[in-house]
Amino acid sequence: MLAEALLLQLGYNATLVTFGATALGVAAGATGAFLFLRKRSLVSDAVSHATLPGLALAFLIMVALGGEGRSLLGLMAGSALSAAAGLWCVSALSRHTRVPEDAAIGAVLSVFFGFGVVLLTVIQSVPLGRQAGLEGFLLGSTAGMLFADAVIIAVGGLAVLAAVLVLRRPLTVVAFDPGFGETQGLRVARIDAALMLLVMAVTVVGLKIVGLILIVAMLIIPAVTARFWTNQASSVVLLAGFFGGLAGYVGAATSAIAPDLPTGPIIVLTSFVLFALSMACAPERGVLAALLRHRRFERLVHLRQGLLAMAQGQHVYEARTRRLLRGQGFMRPDGVPTESGKGEAARVLRDEARWQVVRASAHLSELAVRDDGLTPTEDVLTADQIAEVDRRLGTPEAV
Amino acid sequence: MSPLELVAENGLRAPDLTGDSPLAIRGMTVSYGDQPVVYSVDMTVRQGAMTAIIGPNGAGKSTLLKAALGIVAPLSGQVTVFGQGLDATRNRIAYVPQRASVDWDFPTRVSDVVMMGLYGQLGLLGRVRGLHRDRVQACLARVGMQDFGDRQIGQLSGGQQQRVFLARALAQGADLYLLDEPFAGVDAATERAIINVLHELRDEGKTVVAVHHDLSTVRSYFDDVFLINRRKMGEGPVEQAFTVPALQATYGGRLAEGQVAQLALDAG
Amino acid sequence: MGAEFVALSLPPILIGTLAALACALPGNFLVLRRQSLVGDAISHVVLPGIVVAFLVTGQVSAWPMMLGAAAAAVVSVALIEGIRRLGRVDAGAAMGVTFTAMFAFGVLLLEQSDTSGVHLDVEHALYGNLESLIWLDAVGWSSLLDPAALSGLPHELERMAIVFVLTLAFVVVLWRPLVLSTFDEGYARSLGLPVATLGLGLVIVAAITAVAAFDAVGSIIVIAMFICPPAAARLMTNQLVHQVLWSLVFAAISAVLGYVLAGYGPLWIGLPNTVSAAGMIATVSGLILAICAVAGPQRRA
Repeated sequence: MLAEALLLQLGYNATLVTFGATALGVAAGATGAFLFLRKRSLVSDAVSHATLPGLALAFLIMVALGGEGRSLLGLMAGSALSAAAGLWCVSALSRHTRVPEDAAIGAVLSVFFGFGVVLLTVIQSVPLGRQAGLEGFLLGSTAGMLFADAVIIAVGGLAVLAAVLVLRRPLTVVAFDPGFGETQGLRVARIDAALMLLVMAVTVVGLKIVGLILIVAMLIIPAVTARFWTNQASSVVLLAGFFGGLAGYVGAATSAIAPDLPTGPIIVLTSFVLFALSMACAPERGVLAALLRHRRFERLVHLRQGLLAMAQGQHVYEARTRRLLRGQGFMRPDGVPTESGKGEAARVLRDEARWQVVRASAHLSELAVRDDGLTPTEDVLTADQIAEVDRRLGTPEAV
Repeated sequence: MSPLELVAENGLRAPDLTGDSPLAIRGMTVSYGDQPVVYSVDMTVRQGAMTAIIGPNGAGKSTLLKAALGIVAPLSGQVTVFGQGLDATRNRIAYVPQRASVDWDFPTRVSDVVMMGLYGQLGLLGRVRGLHRDRVQACLARVGMQDFGDRQIGQLSGGQQQRVFLARALAQGADLYLLDEPFAGVDAATERAIINVLHELRDEGKTVVAVHHDLSTVRSYFDDVFLINRRKMGEGPVEQAFTVPALQATYGGRLAEGQVAQLALDAG
Repeated sequence: MGAEFVALSLPPILIGTLAALACALPGNFLVLRRQSLVGDAISHVVLPGIVVAFLVTGQVSAWPMMLGAAAAAVVSVALIEGIRRLGRVDAGAAMGVTFTAMFAFGVLLLEQSDTSGVHLDVEHALYGNLESLIWLDAVGWSSLLDPAALSGLPHELERMAIVFVLTLAFVVVLWRPLVLSTFDEGYARSLGLPVATLGLGLVIVAAITAVAAFDAVGSIIVIAMFICPPAAARLMTNQLVHQVLWSLVFAAISAVLGYVLAGYGPLWIGLPNTVSAAGMIATVSGLILAICAVAGPQRRA
């Protein structure tokens, strides 16, 4: 059954929704990558929570105008308007008052959401209200979706994706280097506004599938995941789009076969699994790799410090250093240097001395910036330069 | 010259005797990530002297100070203050952080900030009495800020903010003063006011260590210098250690020719 | 009127007010430390905590659920810190990853388990059920002096009162270290203050408050009260002590006015039913913030 779902053999509606969720996932991942690079991920949380009063008001207005109130397009329009209002409040508070941006985000998301809840209870008391099913927008629900709604989601997902593709160049420039963007004639404020529009579009299209509480995950998690694999802005965007699309696809397809597996949480948890795997295992920025690297680095520092102390006949105080020196066979258990320890200590000391000469030398001092206390001179200097340094040091037989 | 002699002569490793030096650092290595910022540094500060820590940007000056105070955790190394461990001597140290390290929009007044210097004495719930307020006022007066006690800190100029930080350190009544770039971005009047207070402290027998970036004032302001560029590049009384070759070794190609010439002239 | 008010409205008003005060107090420091969204994150992760507690104990009762929520809060804080430090991800994104994933886990768990016989759903965790916290034993104002009737007060009142006193004690006793480490972390460390422990303590106090409050008043109020009253208070004054006092005033006004507007407001404009008190309390706190942002004497830096 799962294989079936993943291969999209599940009826027209489910296929359309899965298609839409995948497109939306790609768009959300890429949009989120730009947000993440601008360190503004959580703005999207305010945007998504701020949609609730708009949803409720749109429903009330549509009912008041004699409609049924459930038109997805109408609800999406309402949610977009109130998301824009929420966004305006965040920027007004953080720009024109002392309130810092994170507090503005939290204030807007809780107040708009609270007001939305008030409106939901109002809706409960009007005719037709009980069938509104607006609660479905909190956590998303794709079960029993109308064909027209499925089309809207598929088209919406594609449209947002197309918009991201069109805007990717200026967004990348601004995300990485706003100053450079200005010199290239880009209006940073305008591009930021475009980014926020994209965030709103993702939110509004995603409301029905993922729900307004969890939609931020589609914007945040894929970007963070992608960052573990690459240092390059354009690759972060591509990878985030890939991870987002994958999560959207798996989530929508899975929940199509089992109605009690809600789409939103599955999408989010799929994203999270991808994130956790990446954080643990990514080759350079992953935790395992970093831990190994750091341990190796600490060892190098302690060994070198210990050998230097030994070379000068000083006592080695730190227990860890002594342990490492003994482990390498450089020091006997009673703290006396071994023959190999003496040899290594002399080598390290000579290296230190060479660096001294390099720093003091007029034409080599440029190279001294590469001295981080661990790099041997052999890695930086040519054989000729080393010979020259050693000549100045004199008496190589002293080693 | 053998490598050992050369290393020893450049003061790479000082003798193990630190005595009761107000601040002695041994084998200090600090890294951010896997990049050593301070590498294997030894430092012995002279009692009753004013010491400048100098070196190019990113040379680890502030980091050395922070590691000495336990504000950042060193990878290895030991610190003694007046011959004892840091925990036993915290109340004898006053630290003046970089002005830019705090949020000046914080809702507090100038006198409240200086009162923070007395928190050590006041404890958690000790009552603020007249004598404490008098002391705050006296410390403010010492840096020429006696009329600003009720001001919101955000309303101060950069120089005034720096003076408030110094007043807070004075309130602690410490024996060792560690200042991180006290003259960065301050007006000339503030610079004079601060240096006067620091000289008074020294004349009272206190020890002052400051991260400093203006080479042209080292000679007139300080007694000792400590040169650092990730490693220790030299240490000692200004007239011995603040030399053109030492500076060239410390700053590498980053010291402009004109600067070198001027310093050589000053040394003349 | 009196009897009805004391029985039906007084307990929820008191509980709502205590919850608002208990949240606003640590909220002042969270806002100043740029950690406003910690409250947001904690409130979201309460859901998986209570669902797991329900699955373990098989019943909906206060203490196991609060323990479950507290455990979830601790897990989330550990996750956020772990992701931030080990993964070198900025704090906002680390929070976003953690609370959405945990909330999604809670929803999935809830959907997959049989909760048909019990009152446990997402809406409850979000909105609480302030209106249902009534005092059946009350016959009028005189019941406030009647020990037998007093013992019938909703347990939430007692719980919120204890939590409020705890937060108050935390803030009062540790005022100086909290202020110092919030304003100037480097200086605080140089004095040997355990800055990291203090920060963790603050988050734990916020978590305890959030957990105690969500059951009675729901997560919306918790998030709103952590942030809105302190942020509004900051725009009123330049002194921290005054800011904290203002924030308590604003929190109390939000709770009382919000409850009254939700309970009686709709009747005044001719609507048949009351509206959500939790939502209205959050709305009022937002209006107060809006007013301060427009007219607060210290609104601009």
